[in-house]
Formats: sequence, C-alpha cells, structure tokens
Amino acid sequence: MLNNFVLPDTLPAASEMIVCSMALLIILVDLFVSRSQRWMVSLLTILTLLGAALMTLVTADGQTTLSFGNMFVDDLLADFLKFLTYFAVIMMLIYSRSYLAERGLDKAEFYVLVLFATLGMMVMISAANFVTVYLGLELLSLSMYALVAIDRDSVRSTEAGMKYFVLGSMASGLLLYGLSMLYGATGTLEIGGVAQAVNQSEAPANLLVFGLVFTVAGIAFKLGVVPFHMWIPDVYHGAPTAVTMFLGSAPKLAAFAITMRLLVYGLFGLAMEWQQMLLIMALLSIGLGNLAAIAQTNIKRMLAYSAISHMGFMLLGLTAGVVGGQVDPFTAVNAYSSALYYVVAYVLMTLGTFAMIMLLSRSGHEAELLEDFKGLNKRSPWFAGMMLIMMFSMAGIPFFIGFFAKFSVLLATIKAGYTWVAVVAVIFSLIGAFYYLRVVKLMYFDAPVDTGPLRSDIDMRILLSINGLAVAFLGMFPDTVMSLSTTALVRSL
Amino acid sequence: MEFKTVLFYIFATVLIVAALRVISARNPVHAVLFLVLAFINAAGLWVLLQAEFLAMILIIVYVGAVMVLFLFVVMMLDINIERVREGFWRYLPLGAGIGILLAAEMTIVLTGRYFGLENLPNHSFPADYSNTKELARALFTEYYFPFELASMVLLVAVIAAVTLTMRSRRDTKAVDPATQISVKRADRIRLVRMAAEKEQGE
Repeated sequence: MLNNFVLPDTLPAASEMIVCSMALLIILVDLFVSRSQRWMVSLLTILTLLGAALMTLVTADGQTTLSFGNMFVDDLLADFLKFLTYFAVIMMLIYSRSYLAERGLDKAEFYVLVLFATLGMMVMISAANFVTVYLGLELLSLSMYALVAIDRDSVRSTEAGMKYFVLGSMASGLLLYGLSMLYGATGTLEIGGVAQAVNQSEAPANLLVFGLVFTVAGIAFKLGVVPFHMWIPDVYHGAPTAVTMFLGSAPKLAAFAITMRLLVYGLFGLAMEWQQMLLIMALLSIGLGNLAAIAQTNIKRMLAYSAISHMGFMLLGLTAGVVGGQVDPFTAVNAYSSALYYVVAYVLMTLGTFAMIMLLSRSGHEAELLEDFKGLNKRSPWFAGMMLIMMFSMAGIPFFIGFFAKFSVLLATIKAGYTWVAVVAVIFSLIGAFYYLRVVKLMYFDAPVDTGPLRSDIDMRILLSINGLAVAFLGMFPDTVMSLSTTALVRSL
Repeated sequence: MEFKTVLFYIFATVLIVAALRVISARNPVHAVLFLVLAFINAAGLWVLLQAEFLAMILIIVYVGAVMVLFLFVVMMLDINIERVREGFWRYLPLGAGIGILLAAEMTIVLTGRYFGLENLPNHSFPADYSNTKELARALFTEYYFPFELASMVLLVAVIAAVTLTMRSRRDTKAVDPATQISVKRADRIRLVRMAAEKEQGE
C-alpha cells in the first residue's frame, strides 16, 4: 500500500498553504519592524487573506476533489464558506484596528493567532476525515482560547479565557469520544466511508447512536446552543470586543461546515435520530436565548444570548431535511440551504453590530452597556441608522436580510410538517424583538449621556456603512445569496 | 535457554527491583534515578519485542526530557522526607488494594480466553525490518496532512503560551529609565498661588 504511494494533489489546498506560510512569515516580520510600523503586520494579514481568497476563487471549479489520501475535500460548499470566512476575518481586522491600538493589543501575536484560527476554520470546512475535523477544530479552539485571554491586564478577559479553555477542552473531548465510537462502529475514519457503512447498515446501531449523541453534543457546544451554551455569555462579555466579534462571526461558518460534513453527509442514514436531538436543542435555544437577553444591561451579553437564539433558528433548518424517513432531495436541499443562508445573514449582522460597539468605544472606555447607545441619533444620525438596520434585521423585521433568513427557515420547517415548531419559534422571536427594539428606542428617544462626536478611521466608517447597507439591500434581493447557497449545496452533496 | 530469554529475565528483574526502590528510596533524588533505571529496562524489553521505535521514544522523551524535569523539580523543592513518609502505613492498604486490582485485571485480560488474545498474529520480522521506517513512511505519506496540522497546533500552543505570559506587569516596582530621565518639572511639583495668611492670635 505504501510502496505505490502517489504524491497528493496539493492544488486544492493552495489557499491553506498561503495562510499557513504567511502566518509563519508574519511572526518573523514582526521581529524586524518597530512599534510605529505595526500597521505593516495588520496590512500583511489582510493581504494574506485577500491572496487566499483570490486563490480559492481561481481554483474553484465546482468539482468535488478529494486529496491527501481522502482527508481533504474541495467542493463548491467549501469554496463558498471559505470565501465568506476570509471576508468576515478581513472585516473584523479593519473594524478592530484602532480599538486594538488604543488598548495596546495590536501585537503581531494577535494577527498570527487570527491567521492560525482562520487556517483551523479552513481545515474544518474542507474536512473529509475525522482526523482532519478534530485537528482543524483544535487549531481553531487553541488560537481562540489565547485570543480571548489576550488582554492579560483585564481580569475579566483572563477569566473568560480560562472558562472557555476548560469548557472547550471538555467539548473537544466529547466530540473525540463520539468520533471514536463511530470509528469503532464503522471501522473507518473517512466520512464517506462512514456514510457508506451507515447506509448499508453494517454497523451495530446501538454503538452508532451512542457515538452520534456525543458527536452532536460536541458540535452543539461549538455552535453554542442550549444546553451547551453556558460559556457563550461569559466569554462574549469578558473577551475584548474585537475578539468577541471574531468569535461570533467566522467560526459559526466553520461549525456549520462540520455539522454538514459529519451529520448531513456522514450520518445521513441516522437523520431521523439526530433531527430529534437538534429539534429539542433548537427550541430550547430559541426560548432561553430570547428570554435571557431581555434581562441584560450589557449589550455584549445581550448579543451573546441573541447568538444562542439565532443558532437555534439555524438548527431548525437542519431538522427539516428528512421528513418521515423519506429522503426527498428537493426538500433536503431547500432546508439545508435555508440554514446556510441563515448563517451567512447572521455573520453579516453580527459583524456590523459589534463594529458599532467598537465605534462608540474610546481608549479607556468600553461602550458595552446599553446606556452607551442612548441618544446616538443626536451624535451621529447616519450610524444610528446603521445600528437601526442591524437591530431590525436581527429582530426579523421585513425587508432586511434577517427577515428572509428567518422566513426561509420557518418555511422549510412548515414544509417538513412541524407547524407547531414554527409557531413557537415565531412567538419567541416576537418576545425577542423587544430587546432589539429597546436599543432603537434608546438611540432615538433618549438624551445622550456622552455628547462628544464619534471618532474613528475613515476605512472603518466606509466598511461599516457598506455592511449596514448590505444587510438592508441583500434583504430586498434575497435571491442572490439564496441561489448561491443552494448551488453550493446542490453541487457538493 | 535462549539468549533472548536470559536477557528478558535480566531486564525484568532489574525493572522490578528498580520500581520497588522508586517507592522505597529515602532520598527523592535516588527515587527519580531509580525511575530512570526502570525506564531504561522497560526500553530494553521493548527492543526484545522488536518495537525499537517505542524504546527510543521512551528513552528520548521520558528519560531525556521528563525525568530531567523531575530531577530539577525535586532538587529545587526542599522536600521534607520525614513528613512525606508519615502517611506511608496509613495509605498502604489503599495503595495495595489498587495495585492488586490492577494486577487482577491484567491477569484476566492476558490469561482469559474472552479477549481472543490467542488469535493475535505472532509478529516476527526479519533482522533488517525497521518499524521506525514504517512509521515514518506512514506519517510522511498517508498521514502527511494531519501530521503537518498537528505541528501547527503545537506551534499555536507555543505562541499562545508566550503571548499570555510575556508581558510587562503593571504591579512591579521596576522603573522604566526612559520615562525616568524624560521627566519634567511639572510632573513632580505643583506651584500653588495663594494669598498670605496671618497666624491666629497675633
């Protein structure tokens, strides 16, 4: 077997190689630049991601290519998600530049860890083997633990890093345990091989379901859905806002990717089992997330609970794929692409909302309380408008992107026959609309506490405006993103 | 008796004696050195089983790195031997119980017929067979991609550890010479203008 080894085709992994080698280079570059030339490191990081995006675009041919001994898969879904990941990270870097500089956090290590986390996400997105799923996840998580605790002078940041590390390692352990059970049941680590073994029902069913439970628990932790959500509020609150923005955006895409690869591809034969688990978790998340968010006075904590409820909504899309044990390709693709659309919309809204928090923050002051948004309309009508768009979109008010995300997920749920689930979800998101609209009320109808003008860089202002307008206009033309999501899924499954 | 069997008994005897000395030596440094001896003999046993890669790793990683670290720690800490030995007889029943349980479990697995150990292939390789080479070949061909990723995970661990520990602490009293020499008069003294006051009772 080993003697007839053929060199793997490395072209599908070209963008991974760019990110990896540039991360190594940036560590070295940092040794030779002085403090005043720190912007070079930031610029190099952004250029790296742009280069990777270009490479992904050039090599995207819509074909499914397996490489590295079937451990790495390059398909349209992977290209699509990677492309979004690069842009989410680039936006995060531009938004957070002055925030980091004011707090002395703009160290090269920050950028290197961000690149390694991105590499981990890319590996997860392209994983075709349990080993690569796990290694990608660890690469992402390890970089994240360090990033959350990067502000060592802040007790809260350190505490958040510690909590995230302990709970995250436990979740990795759960996932690993589940995967090892699946390996024991099917005798293969390749996701394709697992799918085959499950479909031909060669594997012992008890052992498979046992492994499935732990795998779902591990994935649920990474997505942050109830009952594996405990880390989300503390980590979102404690981490520096730039890191919270990073944590809340791109990794959701990667978590969606491994959910698709492990559950929808690898364990599709067990769809009836895992759909039940996901349905319960989705309903609990939508309920708890929306109710707990009402009680928050800290906007970062509020957004953390809102993240839990949004991920619950996303899971609803995944539970609607197989109806009554019958696999109908049209229903399945419809359901999964609604979930994908939801994640994309959510990432766009999250980036914009956290950017607003950083826009209002100054050195020595975190605008993380709801009160900091009071009277924003008097200070800057344009950015109050942007925040209004984000909040309306998150609440699911029509003609913003968040509305169509919720709409398509609910439509898929109703088509799958879970009308009562859709009703419950709508009721809870109506309750949730309260705390989004409270922010709008504070911005427009309350007197400002702080009357100073907003100070920020021009690139951040432009990007934030584009982000806000994208949330508004992509909602008016939902077909563009939706058809991309559908095509990506149809060509990859 | 075959020469290999003689070697096995030598290694095994020294291993057991060394292991017993690890827990009975009075001086902790001696105990660590006996542990090194035990590891080297275990490595010898692995070589007899044709697992020379494991033997090398045991010596390089455990003896070379972990045990040296142990020695450092033991030498740095001032361990009061009398205090450590105080509870020896009290904990002996618990320790002995766990030891007997372990031994019993191993006996069941190794001698029982439930685990199908007799079906295991009897590996015997020619003299020029190298399992180091086989492992390397698997790592650098089939498992090349995860191998590289694992190296990145290790690198991230190093970077993360350095990032989180290398920092200028705010609570130390160390003075930054640059700020010290660039100090201005206004930083140190504040001149207050006020009207002259009469002393009471004049």
